[in-house]
Amino acid sequence: MIEATGIKEIIKPENLAYRKTDIMTDNILSYCPGCGHGTAHRILAEVIDEEELQSQTIGVSPVGCSVMMYNYLDVDIQQAAHGRAPAVATAIKRLMPEKFVFTYQGDGDLAAIGTAETIHACNRGENILIIFINNGIYGMTGGQMAPTTLPGMKSSTSPFGRDVKTMGNPLKMTDIVATLPGTYYVTRQSVHTPANVRKTKKAIRKAVQYQKLDKGTCFIEIVANCPSGWKMTPVQSNKWMEETMFPFYPLGDLKTPEE
Amino acid sequence: MEKELRLMKGNEAVAEAAIRAGTDGYFGYPITPQSEILEYLMEANPGETTGMVVLQAESEIAAINMVYGGAACGKKVMTSSSSPGISLKQEGISYIAGAELPCLIVNVVRAGPGLGAIQPAQSDYFQSVKGGGHGDYHLIVLAPSSVQEMADFVELGFELAFKYRNPVMMLSDGAIGQMMEKVYLSPQKERSSDSPLWATTGKPASRPRNFITSLDLDPYGQEVFNNKLQAKYAEIREKEVRYEEFLCEDAEYLLVAYGTSARVSQKAVQILRGEGIKVGLLRPITLFPFPTKRIYELAGKVKGMLSVEMSAGQMVEDVLLAVNGKVPVKHFGRLGGIVTTPEEVVENLKSKIIGG
Amino acid sequence: MAKIKGSIVVNMENCKGCEICMVSCPTGTISMAKEVNGKGYYYAYPANPDLCIGCASCAMVCPDGVITVYKTKI
Repeated sequence: MIEATGIKEIIKPENLAYRKTDIMTDNILSYCPGCGHGTAHRILAEVIDEEELQSQTIGVSPVGCSVMMYNYLDVDIQQAAHGRAPAVATAIKRLMPEKFVFTYQGDGDLAAIGTAETIHACNRGENILIIFINNGIYGMTGGQMAPTTLPGMKSSTSPFGRDVKTMGNPLKMTDIVATLPGTYYVTRQSVHTPANVRKTKKAIRKAVQYQKLDKGTCFIEIVANCPSGWKMTPVQSNKWMEETMFPFYPLGDLKTPEE
Repeated sequence: MEKELRLMKGNEAVAEAAIRAGTDGYFGYPITPQSEILEYLMEANPGETTGMVVLQAESEIAAINMVYGGAACGKKVMTSSSSPGISLKQEGISYIAGAELPCLIVNVVRAGPGLGAIQPAQSDYFQSVKGGGHGDYHLIVLAPSSVQEMADFVELGFELAFKYRNPVMMLSDGAIGQMMEKVYLSPQKERSSDSPLWATTGKPASRPRNFITSLDLDPYGQEVFNNKLQAKYAEIREKEVRYEEFLCEDAEYLLVAYGTSARVSQKAVQILRGEGIKVGLLRPITLFPFPTKRIYELAGKVKGMLSVEMSAGQMVEDVLLAVNGKVPVKHFGRLGGIVTTPEEVVENLKSKIIGG
Repeated sequence: MAKIKGSIVVNMENCKGCEICMVSCPTGTISMAKEVNGKGYYYAYPANPDLCIGCASCAMVCPDGVITVYKTKI
């Protein structure tokens, strides 16, 4: 490994403050520079590591940029058909209720083609964790309009901006599933700053605990950037996300357990 | 242990056989004429006895993807539907074939295309044996012609599915699904707690992670995988052909028919034999693999063949390929959900083959 | 008063040069290199190592997990 290092005297095993968890493999992520997927993967992996869940975890990857999540997380993973991850996860959890089961899905996967599977899994209160990465665009296929694309937002299939009259309105899936009795914990977070990373990780940790207690569906939306799709630098994209995405998709808990 | 004798509908027999075979999960969605399978399982409530999961999904699409999830855990899982619902499942079936997962899919065929009719038909033959979904793949297709076989093919289906890591389809029809016959049921089997080594069950320290996917972005890798699938299908063609012959030894004419049409054709053979015409019946039990070799052999002995099927002529194409021009081959079948009568078969054999 | 000193190690070859660590660093420790790595990215490196307090903010937001953090009291 070619490294750029700081003060060498400090770099000793006993001084280690943070390193990539072993639950993340050494495969180089296929994501574009600055993409939030990598950070979201890593904190999920950290929770699996810290909670000693590797042998208990079965994940479901979607169709979209994170289709090959199985290359990056050192846990058992099934790759589902587009939008069907909640149905796949339903069966896994029903058949192996002692396992920690999660899906990891983008907005096209979860909020367009997989709307029915998402809503019904949540409505049945399947005891699974759904992680929903919302960057308002179809990343993998090259930046087409997503169900979550903001009004006026440009994409390759809304080149003049999303006209809600002809193209429909952005769908707030997280708000919808929060109204369903089957969901136990619903929150919207992000991973673009250290503070937000901490909060999101805490949310994942909560969801793991709730699943152990058989509480029902936990749903964590992560509003994320897509620098390539948005045609911005990563730093610009995070700023734009704060200014434009967050007002429409405000961060915070939508449904918390009554404690 | 002795088998238990019961009088049941074909659909009920599938459901009861599924419980007794130690099936881990059934995921279904109502559609006529197969809803009894889901109804029977809900009523039987095997979750309380064997621990089998029975779930009514929100759609056929969700049901087949639940099957994907369960199969990828190495569990014995199944679904059932009828023609329009099976069309909806095709995406999932292609993924299951592409991920090499074992499962059982029951199709109690009704007339099509579209919403069609709810009466029995055999017009899903192409869909079942030629692929159905996208990509180069095959299902192992079992065609029951009795309530007994609908029960027996549950266990056989799972056996073949796990042997080859391949989805198996039981291609029945609305007549066999709905009719009542006596059926001998196998004793209850325990659900297995073992999972195959490839299954996603949570990664222990002792093995690398397992992942189940049908994706390979490298075309050379995908080609290697496609060739592996084809080799598997070649082995299945070699080893798993099943068929039944009725009075074929001295036959001068041959009927080829499966499922309900085979029952009708058997009666037609008896009528024709009564008239002194030497007719036999070959009933394919596996539609994939198709009994091509045997039909070719019989083509050397008979003067002509009639493919009897309740479709506009689908299996007849495979009969023609098998016969390879040796003798005339024609098709006969009623459409729209109408069950062919033995008299119609007799008449058509006479007009299209014997007199033709 | 004890002072916290930190140090980071960047896996230069896997860095994609997204700059998110740089803008997340509260002390201005990190800059982007003037030269590219094997993949053509201007990788991140601790340009002002003395400023590092080992807070791991950079590592936490790094999408590619290429930063390892050490810290000690001196």
